[in-house]
Parts: sequence; structure tokens; C-alpha cells
Amino acid sequence: MPTSLASRPAEGVDQTEALADQVRRASAEHRPLRIVGGDTKFFYGRAVEGETLSLAGHTGVTDYQPSELVLTARAGTRLADIEALLAANDQMLAFEPPSMGPASTIGGVVAAGLSGPRRPFVGAVRDFVLGVTILDGRGRRLRFGGTVFKNVAGFDAFRLMAGALGGLGVILDVSLRVTPKPRAQAAHIFEMGWSEAQGRIAALMRRPLPLSGAAHHDGRLHLRLSGPEAAVAAAQAELGGKSDDPAFWDSVRHMTHPALGPTAGLWRLSVPAVARLELPGEMFIDWGGAQRWLAAGLPASAAREAAKAAGGHATLFYGQGGPVEAPFAPLAPALMALHLRLKAALDPNSILNPGRLYPDL
Amino acid sequence: MLDKFDDNLDPTFAAVDRPALIARLAAILAPGALITEPEGLRPYENDGFSGYRVLPSVVVLPSETAQVQAILKVCGEMGVPVVARGAGTGLSGGALPFPGCVILSLGKFNHILDIDADARTAVVQPGVRNLAISEAVAHLGLFYAPDPSSQIACSIGGNVAENAGGVHCLKYGLTVHNLQKVQMVTLAGDIVTLGGDALDAPGFDLMALFTGSEGLLGVFTEITVKLTPSPSFTQVMLVAFDDVRKAGGAVADIIAAGVTPAGLEMMDGMALRAAEQFAHAGYPTDAEAILLCELDGAEADVADELARVAEICRAAGATEVRLARDEAERKTFWAGRKGAFPAMGRLAPDYYCIDGTIPRHQLPDVLAEIARLSESYGLLVANVFHAGDGNLHPLILYDANAPGDLDKAEAFGGAILELCVAVGGTITGEHGVGREKINQMCVQFTPDEVEAFAAIKAAFDPAGLLNPGKTIPTLARCAEFGGLHVHRGALPHADIPRF
Repeated sequence: MPTSLASRPAEGVDQTEALADQVRRASAEHRPLRIVGGDTKFFYGRAVEGETLSLAGHTGVTDYQPSELVLTARAGTRLADIEALLAANDQMLAFEPPSMGPASTIGGVVAAGLSGPRRPFVGAVRDFVLGVTILDGRGRRLRFGGTVFKNVAGFDAFRLMAGALGGLGVILDVSLRVTPKPRAQAAHIFEMGWSEAQGRIAALMRRPLPLSGAAHHDGRLHLRLSGPEAAVAAAQAELGGKSDDPAFWDSVRHMTHPALGPTAGLWRLSVPAVARLELPGEMFIDWGGAQRWLAAGLPASAAREAAKAAGGHATLFYGQGGPVEAPFAPLAPALMALHLRLKAALDPNSILNPGRLYPDL
Repeated sequence: MLDKFDDNLDPTFAAVDRPALIARLAAILAPGALITEPEGLRPYENDGFSGYRVLPSVVVLPSETAQVQAILKVCGEMGVPVVARGAGTGLSGGALPFPGCVILSLGKFNHILDIDADARTAVVQPGVRNLAISEAVAHLGLFYAPDPSSQIACSIGGNVAENAGGVHCLKYGLTVHNLQKVQMVTLAGDIVTLGGDALDAPGFDLMALFTGSEGLLGVFTEITVKLTPSPSFTQVMLVAFDDVRKAGGAVADIIAAGVTPAGLEMMDGMALRAAEQFAHAGYPTDAEAILLCELDGAEADVADELARVAEICRAAGATEVRLARDEAERKTFWAGRKGAFPAMGRLAPDYYCIDGTIPRHQLPDVLAEIARLSESYGLLVANVFHAGDGNLHPLILYDANAPGDLDKAEAFGGAILELCVAVGGTITGEHGVGREKINQMCVQFTPDEVEAFAAIKAAFDPAGLLNPGKTIPTLARCAEFGGLHVHRGALPHADIPRF
């Protein structure tokens, strides 16, 4: 019973030619471009000096057939519009990207590569990207991947665009795998310290339970369940605890929770969920322990060393007033050499968001 | 025949002083880990795609990462092509030797190094068999999800190189979704770690790029996979149809209803009858198509979803809906499906397995077109699909001893792949491009895209020595291949620029 396409938003506007033109001119003159969608994540990464290349007007859902579980949209299409369309068809983006403002676009979602609370249970943005069309650094329009899930033709250059912050190509459109909405959902809260919660989460995650969120903050463990009715009901009965406000999970996803705000600066520590970290200050722990947020205030070296010792890495997500010089953990020299060569392969004149990730990249 | 590498259409390399190469490799390897005699090289002349054969110059079987580094350095310095090889079960000729190459076998890297139940990861060497991982962690209630049909034999290194799929991808994902970290060696001899022990790593997502890169970018020496909790309950339903199009329609309806089967497989009449004779799975031999729909989860949910699937299938015109009575029958149903390929041996001396993916709603039309092509090429075809993913495996039946039969099968297979591209799909869902589909890459991708792939390859392997002549065609090959097709009047995608 294929669902109708009646709820598809307006066709949108195809600005490929104008965008390609701007990239070609910038390439010829070796002028850097600052690639922008809704510009809601301007703070993430290093500042880019350059002419603005705006994708905000390049809009429209160009293909969406719910029974194919895939949606293709131009980069400037707003995340909110896409989620509304999916919701009307009982589907969703399972990786729950944060919307950092109403102007947030799907191109920015993919370029930033940020995933929400479901990440440890279903995968990240890159796991749901099936294909992209990009402009490379010479303004050539290239399509990688496609609209089908099983596709191993050529290199997976499409997944590479997720989290590359525009440095390997200007995303023109993206095909995303979409997921049926779970039929049941529940949120529970437990009073317990982190070390007890950490053990509890590890034990739960070894079992086939319908977990879709596991966070800890302020002496409380928050668990979210999503899935078929019987599985959710059985897990609810077993877990016990008190019923939690579902709005909590929205505030985690969209980073509107007071502990995740920009005011004091914010470190993001991506570490193994089972890792023990000894750092001063109160953490907001998500992803079952694999993503830990900490108000800035500790020296970069302390955050970096603690995360590295635990087997992960630290990102200065929000700086304390003004641009951040080194938001991302440094790469090993051999790995950085590969990054530079890959960048040169797709953007030989280094005009696409140069320096957004690392100074020379 | 594509096992003839062509100086005009494929990469070329200067001649190598073979005795000097052998001497330098011998200095790296333990006695017995270097094969140079023709009778020893013979088993390496092809992989699971047995139609193409090339004898390599030398085979090396290192057992330590430092040896892999040293071998790659020597090959880089002497300009010798290197083809990495796992278990050799690949179906696209990805491990087919390039003339004069060194075959780098990872067969001795066959140890499971670590299992972490709390982190749900296993650290394994690339030569470990896919199924051995699940067997090693079964007592913990965990398994390694990707399950290509060859899982009893294929190695995890090959799985990563091919981004292998399997029967349960729809729910559990491909290899790329089940990896945590890989260690690889570049042609320059550098050891590089991609991914990490956390859920993400800083910088570009090179682990995603390397997964499915078919041995063109580097050689994996250690792989950390994610493990999945085993489902508490699993049930499979067999549904029969008197028309393959109705079965195709049912597949789209099941997915549209929001059901996510753990596996959703389809066989047409010829495939299911051959499988039944071979495996005695209890399939209804008068059907023109069957679906196997497996669901897992909480028992009550599985029962509920199976009831919905049954209702959807009946509405789509199913003639029979049957649940496996017990675990033994569930396994029998699957044994029939897994035996579908070898069962073809009863119908013809040889078969050629195709691997395209199409959007699910195109299934009925594509099946009709494959039937038409079958008549025009004069070769029978049996259809087996990972239907839930739209991943087709038409099996073209031929006789390698009949003059011209293999050429016809190759042309028929190429036509099916071009059809997949024309309806919005892809030339390979899980078997890889390898050597087999190198020409069809020119159909799926524009010259600019092929050039971008070549630039990515060159970023990691400037001399082009890693698995040359595979996966990424030269522009010369695309020009030649495009020309042939114009000549035949069957140019797919006439709007793609040719040159």
C-alpha cells in the first residue's frame, strides 16, 4: 500500500547552475568559499575566511517514496520541512540530527555529521546517507552512491561527505535512508550515580532490548525505549523506575538542555561507553556513556589527554566567546598526510571551506 | 573476456626483474611463506569468480604486520602490482591476479585477538572467517550481524574490502555499519588506524571510504567489529505466489507497512524448484515464486507482525502462507535458500551470478525485462533475490564447454546490470565491481565521476599498484566501452556525456 506523495512540499528551486558557476569562478581565481546552509552551526569548527556560497535557496524534496525508505532533497531544504513530511508518513530520520535553529538545512545536517541520542543504537548520519550529489573544488557536478541501500559500486565517497564540514565538496543534494516510526515509546528515570548507571547500561546493551536513549545527568539515569509494543512493554515492566518527561529527550537531541548550552563553552568527549574518566566538573553523559559533555573551563590539554587516554577524542564544541582555534583533536602525522592528499584530490585549489577542520586542510 | 588485461584499456607497469623481486621478498618472509613455482601459484589464479584466470608472479603469505609493511615497501620501490587476497570467495574477480603481480594472502592472519563483551566488540585479524566470529561470541549472547552466503568460508578482511552484505542487512546493516576500527598499511608502508574505540573519530570518515574499496587503497591488518545482541525469538514465514509479479508487489507492500523483516528473500519458480530438489526444504514446487520472511524480536511482536505480513501477502494474491512449525523447519526453509546457488548445478553445467540492486517498486517490471532478455540471449535464468533490499541475484545458466556460451552469458549479465542502472539502481549490491563489472562502471558513472574515483585512488596509492585494473575503469576503457554500445545501438543513458 504505497503512500501518496500528496504531502510532498513544493518542488523547490534548483540553483545547481548558479552554484557551479560561483565555484568555478572561485576555483579559477583560487578564492576560498565559506559554504553555508542555514548557518546555524557557524560556531562548529574553525572560522573560514571567504566569499559566502549559500545553499539556502537550493531547495526541494526531489524524490520521496515511503515504500522505498529513501528521501532525496536538495541541500537547502530545511530539516524541519523534511521531518514534517516524514512524520506525515509515519517515518523519521533515525539518527535524530540536532536542529540548531529553524533555518537548519539537510545539507548542513550531513556536512556537520552530528547525530542525536539514538546514535549508539541505530547508527550515525553517515550510516543513513545513501547518495550525494556534490560540486567538487573545480565546480564539477558529481553523483556518488544512489537511492538504494545495498550499493557497492565505486568508492563510498558519499559517506565521506558526512562530517567533512564541506571540505571535500559542496553538497547539492542528498539521499537518506528513512525509517518507520516505532509503534511504542517510553521514557524512564532512575535516581543513581554514574558509576552504577554505567554498569547498568552496559548490562542492558548486551541484551536485545528496544533501547533508543541512555543518558545520565545530575544523579539521574534517563532511559528511552522505542520499538514494537510488546518489546517496549516488557522492557518497561522489567526496568521499573519512574516515568520521565519525553521532552527531556528533545532537549538532549537539540541541545536545548541547560547543561548543553553555549554560555560557558562546551567540550564534547567521544570515548568508549565503558571508559572511566576522571575530570573535574559535572558531565552530561549521553550515548550510553560514549558521548560526554563538559562545560569548558578546563585547559584543552587536560580534556584532550583524558579523552585520548580513554581511547577517544575531545572536541571543543562551543568556544568561550569568539572563534575556536583548534576545535578538533590533532591527527597522527600519517593520517593527516592522507587527509591532505584526499582534500587535494577533490579540491585541488583548496577553496572549499579551507581550514574549517584543521588549519592546513 | 575480461581476464585479458589490455595495455590500451588497463593500467600498465614496467617489466620487473623477477629474480630480484623474489630475493627481496624471501628476505622478509619465513621459509614456506613465499610461493614462486607454477603448481603452487595455480590455486591463486582465480577467486570465486571462476570464469577468469591469470597466473600471478609470486604469492606471499605473511603472518605479521611488519612483514606486510616490508612487502608493500618492496613492491612500491620495484613498481610491482599487489593484489591482496582473503579467502578467495569473492564473486566479481576482485582477487583475480593482475599479470606479473604479487598476491598478498592474508590467510595466516587468522586469529581472534580480543573479545570485549561489555563494549560488544571483537578485535580480529583479516583472515578470520566471518562465521568464526559469531561462533566465538555466541556464548555471550552476541553475534556478528553481516552474513554473506559464503560466511562459512569468507574472511572478515575480504568482507571489509567488499563491504559485504547478506540476508539480514535490511535490519542489521552492511559491513560498514558493523565496524568500529580498522588498522591498515599503505603502499608506502605506513600503519594507519581508521575509526577508533569511540563511536566516531576526528577528521574525515576514512573508515567509511576504505570499507568497500576493494583492495585499491590499502591493506587491512586488524579489524574491530561491532557485535549485536542475539534476538530472543526468531520466526520465518513461507509465502507462495502463482505469479512472480505478485510476489514483487507484496515485498513493496510489506516494507511500506512499516515492517522491518530481519530477512525478506524471494525465489522464482525455476530457482525454488531446483532448490527443492537439492535441499528438500518443503517448498511448494507448483508456485511461481516464494517469499521467505523472517522476523525477530519479542515473541508477541513477532507473532503480531507475522499476522500483518500474512494479511498483506494474501491481499497481494498469495496462494499459500505457511509458518515454520519449529526451529528445525525454520533452518530447513533457509537451507533451501542458501542452497539455491549450488542447486543450479542440476539445471546446467555452469551458472553466472549477477548482483544488481533496484528500487523495490521496480521489481515486477525488471523481472519481466530479464525474462525478455533471457529469450533474446537464448540462456535460461533463475532469479534469487534479497528482495527486501531490492538486491537481485539472477543466475544465468550456461555451459562453459559450449563455444560462445560464456561470452553470451557475460553479455546477458552486462545487459541486466545496465537495466538496473536505467531504473535507478546500481550494478552491484554486495559482490563488488572487481574485474567483472569494470565496464558497467562506465554506465553508472560519468567520466567526471570516474576521474574523481581515480583521483581518490591516487591520493592513497600514487603509483596505482594496489589491485590495478579493478573497480575503477580507466577513461580509455570507458571511451572504448561506450563506443561499443553505441555501435550495438543499445546505449543506456544517452544523456551521459561520452568522449
